[in-house]
Amino acid sequence: MSERYIARSSSIAARMMGVETMVMSALDSTFFSLNEVASVIWEAADGTTPLSRIVSERVCRDFDVDADSAARDALEFVEELAKHGILLVSEQPIITPAAGAEPTA
Amino acid sequence: MSLIVEMNQKAMDLGIPLSVHFDITYRCNERCIHCYLDHDDLGEMATAEIEDVLDQLADAGVFFLALSGGEVLMRRDFFHIVEYARRRLFNVKIKTNGVMIREREACRLRQLGVEQVQISVYSHRPEVHDGITKLPGSLRRTIEAIRFLKVQGLKVSMANVLMTANLFDNQGVMSLAKELGVSYTLDPTITPKIDGNTAVLALRAPGAELHRVFRNEELVGNVAEFCAPPAAPDEDVMDGYPCSAGHTSCYISPYGDVFPCVQFPLPSGNLRREKFMDIWRHSSALEEVRSIRARDLTTCSACSHVGSCSRCPGLAYMEGNMRGPSSADCEKSFQRTGIASANMLQRSGIADRALVQIQPLTRTN
Repeated sequence: MSERYIARSSSIAARMMGVETMVMSALDSTFFSLNEVASVIWEAADGTTPLSRIVSERVCRDFDVDADSAARDALEFVEELAKHGILLVSEQPIITPAAGAEPTA
Repeated sequence: MSLIVEMNQKAMDLGIPLSVHFDITYRCNERCIHCYLDHDDLGEMATAEIEDVLDQLADAGVFFLALSGGEVLMRRDFFHIVEYARRRLFNVKIKTNGVMIREREACRLRQLGVEQVQISVYSHRPEVHDGITKLPGSLRRTIEAIRFLKVQGLKVSMANVLMTANLFDNQGVMSLAKELGVSYTLDPTITPKIDGNTAVLALRAPGAELHRVFRNEELVGNVAEFCAPPAAPDEDVMDGYPCSAGHTSCYISPYGDVFPCVQFPLPSGNLRREKFMDIWRHSSALEEVRSIRARDLTTCSACSHVGSCSRCPGLAYMEGNMRGPSSADCEKSFQRTGIASANMLQRSGIADRALVQIQPLTRTN
């Protein structure tokens, strides 16, 4: 399977609350609450670190989870957020813009 | 439980200021007859100071940020402030009169990912709206602004303050909101001026008008439910706190003053002298606000409306006692349900009168 790169959309509002993260889309006001594991992936979504590395170096290191199921769950999670436009997913590294500009892949 | 309700509860448990209303200027291009502000610039915070405040708010966990004024676009650095706030990933809502918003400004607000723009409209009739704002042509420009914002796909809400000067126009404003495709809210709250002057309270809509709007299904939903007599309060109600002011939200003035709410001018600290988190965590004023439960309220704790009243602690504070009643809310509860509040009964003297005792007639043969 090809590598995936993930970046946070510039059209979202987000804030950590305890170990969870609140995320709201400015486009349609959809609201998400990310749990501790999802928050780790979200924080690491810098557009240049491959998803596989985020999973192996952050998720598997910090949580008691096997690599295969972590990779599967992570992919499902990023695809779900991508559907709502709050996470960008690409097979190429993503140059993340500041809030207010459109992203370029 | 919805995610937002869950988030509010979590913020309460963790002591996080989830929402902040930040007036970045008191200057304004309108002179609304009901406005509670002094529009002179008495030394508002500079750009760098506002950036520092936004950094502190982000670090404190603030998520919802309402930028308001005065008129926010009177600041030359307004878009820089919004951009800075968005870089810190706040959910940004702008409150404006829209007069200075043209195509370019609307486009910029959309690019910056502003979540919502709230615009004040007092009447659908220019002679009434412009008469309230004291700015000729303001209704036309405000409506144009709403159209520019809608073209950009932004979420717009129309805020309609109800007062004696625009009685009976709310239906027309509601129709205008529908025509423009924006949401509508009606607010009958007129607050004393920030310097304590209460002359503007003469503009409060009379009780009969409140009675009328409280029976408008389009505004309140299920009228029978909305106007139902209050249920008897249980322990949860008596242990509850009046509103989010000082608990999960607060207000910041253009001079860096921190208050529990825009309608609650209880000095709690100043950001030019202290860090936000020091004020939020250690201000004795905020601690006092947080300590108040429904059972601690003088008069209101014994009122049948205690569980359902919209009692504003800030308005009560401006009447002289933050634990006391807010007369405007007593009137709302009365007009809504037809049942007088404990405060109204006390003021009329009825509550002090001895009950009439009816004795059975004793026959003596």
